[in-house]
Amino acid sequence: MFFFLIGGAIDYLYFDAFTAAGPAFPVATVFALGFATSTTLMAYYGGPDIILSSLGAEKLNLQLPEHRELQNVVTEMALASGSTMPRIYVIFDPAPNALATGTNEKNSAICVTSGLLTLLDREETQGVVAHELSHIRNEDILLMTLVSILLGGIAILSDWGRRGFYSSRTGRRLGSKNPLLFIPLLVLIALSPLIAQLLAMAVSRQREYLADATATQYTRNPRGLARALERIRDAGMPFHKASRGTAHLFLVNPLRRRLDDREGGLADLLTTHPPINHRIALLHRMAGIAQPSMESSTVQGSNVQRAQ
Amino acid sequence: MIFTLWAVIFVLGIWIISTYNGLVALRLRVQNAWRQIEVQLKRRYDLIPNLVETVKGYMQYEQDTLQKVIDARSQAMASKGVKETAEAQSALTQSLGKIFMLMENYPDLKASKNALDLQEELTTTENQIAFARQYYNDLVTQYNTKQQVFPANMLAGFFGFQPSEFFSVPEAEQALPKVNLSLNR
Repeated sequence: MFFFLIGGAIDYLYFDAFTAAGPAFPVATVFALGFATSTTLMAYYGGPDIILSSLGAEKLNLQLPEHRELQNVVTEMALASGSTMPRIYVIFDPAPNALATGTNEKNSAICVTSGLLTLLDREETQGVVAHELSHIRNEDILLMTLVSILLGGIAILSDWGRRGFYSSRTGRRLGSKNPLLFIPLLVLIALSPLIAQLLAMAVSRQREYLADATATQYTRNPRGLARALERIRDAGMPFHKASRGTAHLFLVNPLRRRLDDREGGLADLLTTHPPINHRIALLHRMAGIAQPSMESSTVQGSNVQRAQ
Repeated sequence: MIFTLWAVIFVLGIWIISTYNGLVALRLRVQNAWRQIEVQLKRRYDLIPNLVETVKGYMQYEQDTLQKVIDARSQAMASKGVKETAEAQSALTQSLGKIFMLMENYPDLKASKNALDLQEELTTTENQIAFARQYYNDLVTQYNTKQQVFPANMLAGFFGFQPSEFFSVPEAEQALPKVNLSLNR
């Protein structure tokens, strides 16, 4: 719908459609509509399988005890969340990470690296699987697919806007108006992809926090996920098969640039995942454990429990 | 004037229908969740004989403990009603725990592949029962809340929706100690 309107606007303003002088057919509108529909349908139906095959995901081998344990853990979490069993895949890679794809419950899939299976124990794996399952339940993958389509669309449209801007017909028309009107238009066209990108990153980060919280709701055990995140952070291995496009699907940021470990204004704005230390701190707060940075002599709040 | 009257009736009708449907859907989900618990309990019953068979060959001197497990299982299968079931289940878990404790004395058994597999199976069964109960309780909370909040409680009473019971037997659970089902490796 959005693309339809924007396409129509561009048609009207720049191609002089709907008037006697312009082309007989509203080209940009139809093109925008077709583009939007086809990308949406492709991503909705084919998305998960494309991603999974590009990452080298393989089905479970039930002969291995670790894979059987993984299947059991996923069964438990599916029961706890009241959802159907997702398909389970394993990627053979030493870097510990996990991802979830699937736009609805029928084609949902969870993928775990073999590095994660060896690194984490049962309780921690349970926390990780709960996190992934809660992405599926909260329909985050659908949301992020739509967001990235919009993002791409905005980038393309701003491109068209810029190009249409410089055509001679437009120059003649707009020249008659106040030239100061150019400036906000230019600024908007140039900055809109960047703003859209920042917004998309912010959405992705918030949904990660939500998935952590929902995972705790399912397992009733924030420490499992907290310990898992700590171990993965300490392992510190980037996952090379992931690309920019798929990075947001993972449990922790697979690209692992230096930028991620610093917590500062700019670093925070540009990543798909929130800083790991902050996620761990939030989980600890859910469990009522005191934060390590606070003085040990004071008791913070009313529910500080050090022992199990 | 007459138009606003019809509009109000229309909106009220929509609200009644949607609330009623929501309550019916939740009631069915609660029943489904209860069945899930029963499925998990049955799964555990089926698993116990396998355990006993695996262990029997190695542990000839522990026949009476094994017998206790079998008895506890039959007891649990025969029990009716939430409270009795919960108590029988706890007794079963207890006797299973004793077996695992005894397994410490039999290193061959402990290292055997079957024992490890069975331990994993039993762990996941206990977990699945726990999570099925958790989900059931969460749903019951949701259902009861939806029935009891202000505008909907009039409707719920009128259509005859009853609050569901939680799955919890506090006396039985708290009296019995936790059982350790892990093998020290």
